[in-house]
Amino acid sequence: MAESPTSESMPSKVSFWRDPQKRALIFQVIVLAAVFVFIAFIFNNTLQNLEKRGISTGFTFLQNEAGFGVLQSLIDYDETYTFGRTFLVGLLNTILVSLLGIFLATILGFIVGVARLSHNWIINKLAAAYVETFRNIPLLLQIVFWYFSIMPLLPHPRASMQISDAVFLNRRGLYLPDPVTEPGFWVVTLAFIVAIVGIVFMRRWAHRRQDETGQQFPVFWTSLAILIGLPGLVFLMAGTPLTWEYPELKGFNFRGGITIIPELMALALALSIYTAAYIAEIVRSGILSVSHGQTEAASALGLRKSTILRLVIIPQAMRVIIPQLTSQYLNLTKNSSLAPAIGYPDLVAVFAGTTLNQTGQAVEIIGMTMGVYLTLSLTISAFMNWYNKRMALVER
Amino acid sequence: MSEINTQKFEPGTHPDMSPPVTSVGVLGWLHENLFSNVFNSILTFVGIYLVYTVFAPLIEWAFINADWVGASENRDDWSRDDCTSGGACWVFVNVRFQQFMYGFYPTEEIWRVSLSGLVLALTLAWLMLPKLPYKGYAAAFGLLIFPIIVFFLMGGGVFGLEPVETSIWGGLSLTLILALVGMVAALPLGIILALGRRSDMPIVRALCTAFIELWRGVPLITVLFMSSVMLPLFLPEGANFDKLLRALIGISLFQSAYMAEVVRSGLQAIPNGQYEAADALGLSYWKKMLFVILPQALKLVIPGIVNTFSELFKDTTLVLIIGLFDLLAMVQAAFADPKWLGFAIEGYVFTAFVFWIFCFGMSRYSMSLERKLHTGHKR
Repeated sequence: MAESPTSESMPSKVSFWRDPQKRALIFQVIVLAAVFVFIAFIFNNTLQNLEKRGISTGFTFLQNEAGFGVLQSLIDYDETYTFGRTFLVGLLNTILVSLLGIFLATILGFIVGVARLSHNWIINKLAAAYVETFRNIPLLLQIVFWYFSIMPLLPHPRASMQISDAVFLNRRGLYLPDPVTEPGFWVVTLAFIVAIVGIVFMRRWAHRRQDETGQQFPVFWTSLAILIGLPGLVFLMAGTPLTWEYPELKGFNFRGGITIIPELMALALALSIYTAAYIAEIVRSGILSVSHGQTEAASALGLRKSTILRLVIIPQAMRVIIPQLTSQYLNLTKNSSLAPAIGYPDLVAVFAGTTLNQTGQAVEIIGMTMGVYLTLSLTISAFMNWYNKRMALVER
Repeated sequence: MSEINTQKFEPGTHPDMSPPVTSVGVLGWLHENLFSNVFNSILTFVGIYLVYTVFAPLIEWAFINADWVGASENRDDWSRDDCTSGGACWVFVNVRFQQFMYGFYPTEEIWRVSLSGLVLALTLAWLMLPKLPYKGYAAAFGLLIFPIIVFFLMGGGVFGLEPVETSIWGGLSLTLILALVGMVAALPLGIILALGRRSDMPIVRALCTAFIELWRGVPLITVLFMSSVMLPLFLPEGANFDKLLRALIGISLFQSAYMAEVVRSGLQAIPNGQYEAADALGLSYWKKMLFVILPQALKLVIPGIVNTFSELFKDTTLVLIIGLFDLLAMVQAAFADPKWLGFAIEGYVFTAFVFWIFCFGMSRYSMSLERKLHTGHKR
């Protein structure tokens, strides 16, 4: 009989260097140590360099007076405010242009994306040409193109393009009438909120009724009627508590109303045209991703074409579209940082540009700027992960 | 009234009748693609109107009414007075063409840039033409040896070549250098980060994930600001980089994060059986990755790599904000010249055209690769 190996004849442990777990541990300790040494090295150098150049550290500069003006500000601001306030002004301007760009890009992108799927040859090719042209030209080039070569082609203030006497467009900007609310306006706002709550309940009721009796209810048209009718009626009854302040030509320029500066116009236009090309492709791929069998099955059930689109194709396409759409929104927001190229006062231009030049505190300022974008990205990607988990198809 | 045909046929002997005219040929195509119903017909007319209002003036401006060359024999005498037709003034682009391509590189040394470009074109052609053999050697040459050749050829200072400061490099050649170096440096870094992110070791995984998410979460412009303003602070006394190198470091780090995500998608696409088979053969981690997983994964993600490269190529224009003279910056500088004031549109259209050619080419190439790699999944 062969002797069975005993615990003495076999080594009880593999040798230290052959144990994968121990090797992994040692490797990680080495990596961590290397990273720490590297960071300490940089930290040390930075401190020495800052000291030598006489640059102060810390965030106290945020309380100092800024001493420079900003082209556009959504909150009260002038030279006497602090650097902390300029940070806020820049941040708000970034948010403004991003929201404007997202709004326009979504509309344009969906139109082009649907046109790209059209059976009409000429519409299809036009949409394809749009996508291929604007996607393959650098965004910065498009921004400077609109700002430096198209904006100067607009007329002088005295020869403005206008729509009746309310909207004016010239090379100084776009002028819109400004709504001014009067004391009784809160009733209208209240009516609007009531209308929305009412619609939610109405939809629930309609849904339940359809489940129980099979009778359908014209939910969309009723919702629209409530949404427009109720606040409209209250508005009229309250004695139209809203007036418009129209822009007027005084001297060489317009006064009053809402002014959209050319920098904002060019930036929002370029951002939305560029991003719309990507959104169009996302919409197209989303709709194409719904398998043909779904459409066929729905028509076999006897659904109408519009119903198939609304109840079968769009909900499934959205599952594919929304995550990519969000990442495009994020890209648009990050791309709005190209504003310094044309002087739009966004976060990078005002804070990482002018404020950095005035204070010289590069580390703090670049860190804060990056932190803003990073927070935004991480928040949105965390939300997307949650959304994807919720929307993922439950498979066997 | 036409005569009614009363000829009788035995079942199955009637000759095939031609299809209706409205469903074949040009008419059939028009009917199906442009005028299938009322709504479609309206769309067609709207489309034709759009084409007419947008493209007709554009073609007239860019080609029919354009001036291409000056009147004088001597190119140096060409000026804005040569543009008389009212359309595009390509004379401006023509005169400045050398600057747009080579920046302020000294004229007698320009052959060095051109030679680098030629070698690049040959290497790429070798890699892209499917019939040519030894692709591995070509890739190794392109990734390892070629950058060194270009560095010495363009920088000079060896083999009797005149040294040329990087501060006068510019134009399209600088754009290509930024994009290619960013790419070549980002590829190995991206592979390591991707492997790290999929590693079993928690600390390594956390570090790689943090690094990738950090760079992907911030805009490139803040990275460029950082590399131009903060990098000098990070370095010990005396050590200093020139502006181009600082931008390259920023671009490479930024790009490596994106590259890591592309490579990771390839690693995830490799079936588990491949990993397990490599383990069963007793291969070590690095052998498993180098000889089994990465060759397959990288092949899968070539289209993705080409796509990120084309994004990077477009993004290199941002370096003009930190004061490097890439193609766009050269063009902007050129029409700021009092001699050629007011030709911004021509300059921008030319730049857009150059970028478009490159990016469109790349996207077509990556699409054809995708088609080649994904066979048999089409409905």
